[in-house]
Amino acid sequence: MAVALHQRVRPAIVVPVLAVLCALPLVTQWIDEPFYLVLASRVLLFALAATSLNLLVGFGGMVSFGHAAFFGAGAYVVAIAAMEGVTSAWIAWPLAMGVSALAAAVIGAISLRTRGVYFIMITLAFAQMMFYVFVSLKAYGGEDGLSLPRRSVIGLGLDLKSDTTFYYVVLAVCAVVITLLWRLVNSRFGRALQGVRENETRMEAVGFPVYRHKLVAFVIAGAVAGLAGALAANQNDMASPSMLHWNQSGMLLVMVILGGTGTFLGPALGATVMLLLEETLAEFTLHWQFVMGGILLAVVLLLPGGLATLLQRRRTDG
Amino acid sequence: MDPILVLEQSLNGLQFGLMLFLLAAGLTLVFGIMDMINLAHGSLYMIGAYLAAAVAMATGSFWLAVAVAMGGTAVIGVVLEVTLLRHLYQRDHLHQVLATFALILMSNEAVRMIWGPTALALDPPPSLAGPVELLPGLYYPAFRLVIIGVGLLVAVLLYFLVSHTRLGMLVRAGASNREMARAMGVRVSLVFTIVFAIGAALCALAGAMLGPLFAVQVGMGESILILAFVVIVIGGIGSIRGALVGALLVGMVDTVGRTFLPMWLRAVLPPTVASNLGPALASVLIYVLMAGVLFWRPQGLFPARG
Amino acid sequence: MADLLQIRGLVKRFGGLAATDGVDLAVTADEIHALIGPNGAGKTTLIHQIAGSLRPDAGHIVFDGHDVTRLGMHARVGAGLARSFQLVSLFRKLSVLDNLAFAVQARSGTSFRFWRAAADERALFDEARTLAGEVDLADRVDARAGALAHGEQRRLEIGLALATRPRLLLLDEPLAGLGPEESDRMVTLISGLRTRCTMFLVEHDMDAVFRLADRVSVLVSGRIIATDTPDGIRAHAEVRRAYLGDDALVDG
Repeated sequence: MAVALHQRVRPAIVVPVLAVLCALPLVTQWIDEPFYLVLASRVLLFALAATSLNLLVGFGGMVSFGHAAFFGAGAYVVAIAAMEGVTSAWIAWPLAMGVSALAAAVIGAISLRTRGVYFIMITLAFAQMMFYVFVSLKAYGGEDGLSLPRRSVIGLGLDLKSDTTFYYVVLAVCAVVITLLWRLVNSRFGRALQGVRENETRMEAVGFPVYRHKLVAFVIAGAVAGLAGALAANQNDMASPSMLHWNQSGMLLVMVILGGTGTFLGPALGATVMLLLEETLAEFTLHWQFVMGGILLAVVLLLPGGLATLLQRRRTDG
Repeated sequence: MDPILVLEQSLNGLQFGLMLFLLAAGLTLVFGIMDMINLAHGSLYMIGAYLAAAVAMATGSFWLAVAVAMGGTAVIGVVLEVTLLRHLYQRDHLHQVLATFALILMSNEAVRMIWGPTALALDPPPSLAGPVELLPGLYYPAFRLVIIGVGLLVAVLLYFLVSHTRLGMLVRAGASNREMARAMGVRVSLVFTIVFAIGAALCALAGAMLGPLFAVQVGMGESILILAFVVIVIGGIGSIRGALVGALLVGMVDTVGRTFLPMWLRAVLPPTVASNLGPALASVLIYVLMAGVLFWRPQGLFPARG
Repeated sequence: MADLLQIRGLVKRFGGLAATDGVDLAVTADEIHALIGPNGAGKTTLIHQIAGSLRPDAGHIVFDGHDVTRLGMHARVGAGLARSFQLVSLFRKLSVLDNLAFAVQARSGTSFRFWRAAADERALFDEARTLAGEVDLADRVDARAGALAHGEQRRLEIGLALATRPRLLLLDEPLAGLGPEESDRMVTLISGLRTRCTMFLVEHDMDAVFRLADRVSVLVSGRIIATDTPDGIRAHAEVRRAYLGDDALVDG
């Protein structure tokens, strides 16, 4: 069977998931576990970051090992803007996206000259550079990071200090942006991007400006990661260098692979499973990382297409 | 500038570079021949350091500890290769990244379970603990000199192994033409295992030698792994010569940059700016170096493949 | 008749070796111009430079009056200079229809559109289907390109180039690896394209070259030693000496 370029998102999956996500605050309130709502916000914003990375890895064939740089840059923009007195989300968040996009444009323009493993390593190098820059910027907190004097202000009667409000705002942002990304993947641009993933030389030889396509995708993915970072800064009430560390880039990549690179929603699933596992395992054992490692290993060996293939398989069976 | 300081820092750079070479040599071969991204290479370094620290503590002999660490880590490496990693050679890089990332998590946690969360101390042999006077006024720790000696010795041995033995011939053939390596048939898997074992032993050697200088602790493998990757990418993947040149470049640039860059900056910039910028720029130097090399030579300095 | 493609003083060196050593060549509009030469003569290197995947060290490539020497491959395709690959280069995991639709998409308007689903663009796929018919793959549109027989893959390769609506089609050994029957079919296909575009053909199969070509150029050691009609080339003394050998017209 030929690989399909058009990514279907089945209402049978999306509608119930959205319904559960909308009703979640009621549930956490009912069982009196407000922490789960905070966790859910975290899952959502990482799902957003992972989905943006998948635009590169899964649809563009560009394995970036430095995506956390844009995530962290977005977080710092919000924190620095707040420090300077700019707390409006309507200014700070687009600014975070803009700065991350700019960083992605510069890093991408250089990195996309290389291919394969060299691309993996050069994106890693740039992310590490940004990591060290923020570590040494004493004015912005250095190694300790920069705390947010207050969360972003949205207006419209919404106060992000409330966990429930924050959750709904994150949910809304994620739903809108992920929908936009889905449209993008299926658009002419997304189609061309997938062509580049399949055979770069061929795309060039039928007349596509391949480099320009890759760069635009890199910038878009960077901007979305920046937005996720802006949300993360609000959730953590701070921006810290660890958000740009290569560990973070590695985690995002693991979420994408775990969920499945070939599918649109796989990485969001990967982010969810990864973060929930982390939480659950940590409750049972101090050595949860060992178990987590074992599970990841099992997924690689038994489910090469990622977790999303589980759902697909069931669909074709049923 | 103080010539003594320059000389001392150059020796430090050489010493660090040679240790990086020990790590990079195994990594570049595994990468070049098996086309395998092994993020867990740094874990072998950590395991080697822990084994050395444990044996040294139990027996009091540093050199026995080094030998046991090398042997033990090689065995662990072989077990890993045979049971797990060889199933990943044919898979795509993403799967290798995920699987070996999982291995990092597991080995970090295993080390924590066995030796606890606090760092271990590994002391150099007492006879080497003091400084030697290399030149009038230049005192240099004897143990660091030994590290340099060991590094050079390994470099020579590896050169001999790769260029003058049958194993080396197979390795070179594999790095420059993977299909041919596959076509050579059944013995290839044995070559892979041996290469992996040697790589693991070299990791352990580096871990044991650097243990007295840095702390032996969980997570030590990851930071140095990134450096080792930088080295092999600069040198050109699959090339031992590239690994040596890359390692020395990175070792020198990193060490010298950390010492002298802040000094130079203080000379030209206001002190507050310099103290802010100095460490940042010093840490960033090797990544700038790597990005620069890749910009002008996208395949590294010594591409193993034509 | 006007020259569609002019190559002047083209040089490409690899190390000390000049793979292209001052090539001058002109392809006239509406002809099929074949390039022959012994193995290692530099035919592929020349094709790469014309297509834009290799930069020459010196010289000029002028296409339709414009100097394209510095243009990238995709820009040349946009100008009407398309190629097929010697080693088949397809989107192997995708369907034949999607393969062709890519090429149609590249030609028809910008791809920097981010909202409307491309799968809903009827025009892309209608034209892709038409193209599939033109290269005898109408009943294979849903097959995975990588699963096609070699002859079918070669025809898809031609289809991808045709989809860009080239004015000059560079065919790099389109018969390579084909059996006699498939070769025959390909020659018929190429011959049928005569009215649609000018062609520059690199081929080892001398029978095919002499059946198809209006003019033939001979490349030996990076230099063009002769350009003439097929009959002229057959009779050309220097060509016989340097390349064909006195008795053999068929090169392996």
